[in-house]
Amino acid sequence: MDTNGNKYTFIYASAMVILVAAILAITALKLKPAQQKNIDIEKKQNILASVGIASTFADAESIYAERILQSYIVNFSGEQIEGQAFDIDLKSERAKPEADRRLPVYECKTEEGTKYILPVYGAGLWGPIWGYVAVNDDMNTLYGAVFAHAAETPGLGAEINTRTFQEPFSGKKIFDETGNLVSIIVAKAGENAPVEHKVDGISGGTITGKGLQAMLLTDFTSYKAFFNKKKQ
Amino acid sequence: MREGLFSKKNIGLLTSPIGSNNPITIQVLGICSALAVTAQLKPAFVMALSVTVVVAFGNVIISLLRNTIPNRIRIIVQLVVIAALVIIVDQFLKAFVYDVSKQLSVFVGLIITNCILMGRLEAFALANKPWPSFLDGIGNGAGYGLILIIIAFFRELLGSGTVWGFRIIPESWYIANGGFYSNNGMMILPPMALITVGVIIWVQRSRNPKLQEK
Repeated sequence: MDTNGNKYTFIYASAMVILVAAILAITALKLKPAQQKNIDIEKKQNILASVGIASTFADAESIYAERILQSYIVNFSGEQIEGQAFDIDLKSERAKPEADRRLPVYECKTEEGTKYILPVYGAGLWGPIWGYVAVNDDMNTLYGAVFAHAAETPGLGAEINTRTFQEPFSGKKIFDETGNLVSIIVAKAGENAPVEHKVDGISGGTITGKGLQAMLLTDFTSYKAFFNKKKQ
Repeated sequence: MREGLFSKKNIGLLTSPIGSNNPITIQVLGICSALAVTAQLKPAFVMALSVTVVVAFGNVIISLLRNTIPNRIRIIVQLVVIAALVIIVDQFLKAFVYDVSKQLSVFVGLIITNCILMGRLEAFALANKPWPSFLDGIGNGAGYGLILIIIAFFRELLGSGTVWGFRIIPESWYIANGGFYSNNGMMILPPMALITVGVIIWVQRSRNPKLQEK
């Protein structure tokens, strides 16, 4: 058989591509549930990390079940609404108008009282950044924060996922004394900002830092009604 | 005459890439990933295993198809086979060893561009029967993996004081705990992997003068 003819080559290439596509599609579908489970465990680890609870891949689920007392969704006016907080896709919520967004809240039991963990999602320099911010029950002071990113520059913007960057967030305030929402300012050296709202930015990672600042401001604004309701 | 499954020639296919025809130290292929994933032993091991699986099965598939592949698109066919196998391996890693898969991140996908794979498919599998091709694939994967594991062993031991995540250098030796010892941070960085490869090549060539270039 002539394996070098045009017709043969075309048929061979087409058949091969269709076959390979089918095999890959089947593999991906079959392994999807196991992969999703891993992604969920990682999410639980991140939620726990925002309140400073270290967990391994193996024990994250049991610690989560023990420490996270409840999770629920609130709307822009701070009222609790129906749905599973854990299943919310922040990216698609962010595409909606502010008033329609569903906002997940996780309540965590710690030795220092209940902490409210809020997921945040925004834009860095090269791609999305996200994280979890834990707020004390005064609904003002940050207890801890973790951040992650998809594609920030290693050594510069990517430093937002290090403890060095994240630790200073604890103890910072969201509101000023008169109750105005100031959020957190990721500041350059010498930048003038009230110390209880300021964290040190990263040299060479200014755009990522400012993206993170904008992300926190937007998300805290969304949760403002919820904060106010809880304060009463 | 039919050749035995483990004839001398076939065993040679399996062992020569581990020693005198090693893909990394002799042919200097696949260096990029050897530098990138060897800071710790566990990811290096998973990477070695993944490459071995891909090159062995890639060899078998290409060898089975070798009489049907149109000559003009043979490189494309090889690439499709490799890419498909790599994606399958990547999906399995994500499903079953998620933490390692995160550490290896982009390097699993980059197995596709590992020169060892295309090299073996083009140079061996296209001209040989499936069984010798399979042995050749396993041999080359093992040869690659062996070097990765040696590098990773030294980098993890000297850079982090652990092997496979288990602490070898006692905590009390560290300066922070009042001791005299400190990890060599350079070992974590890619340049030291290159230097370690260099040392392995040096040792291998001085033990086997046949490998020395005139």
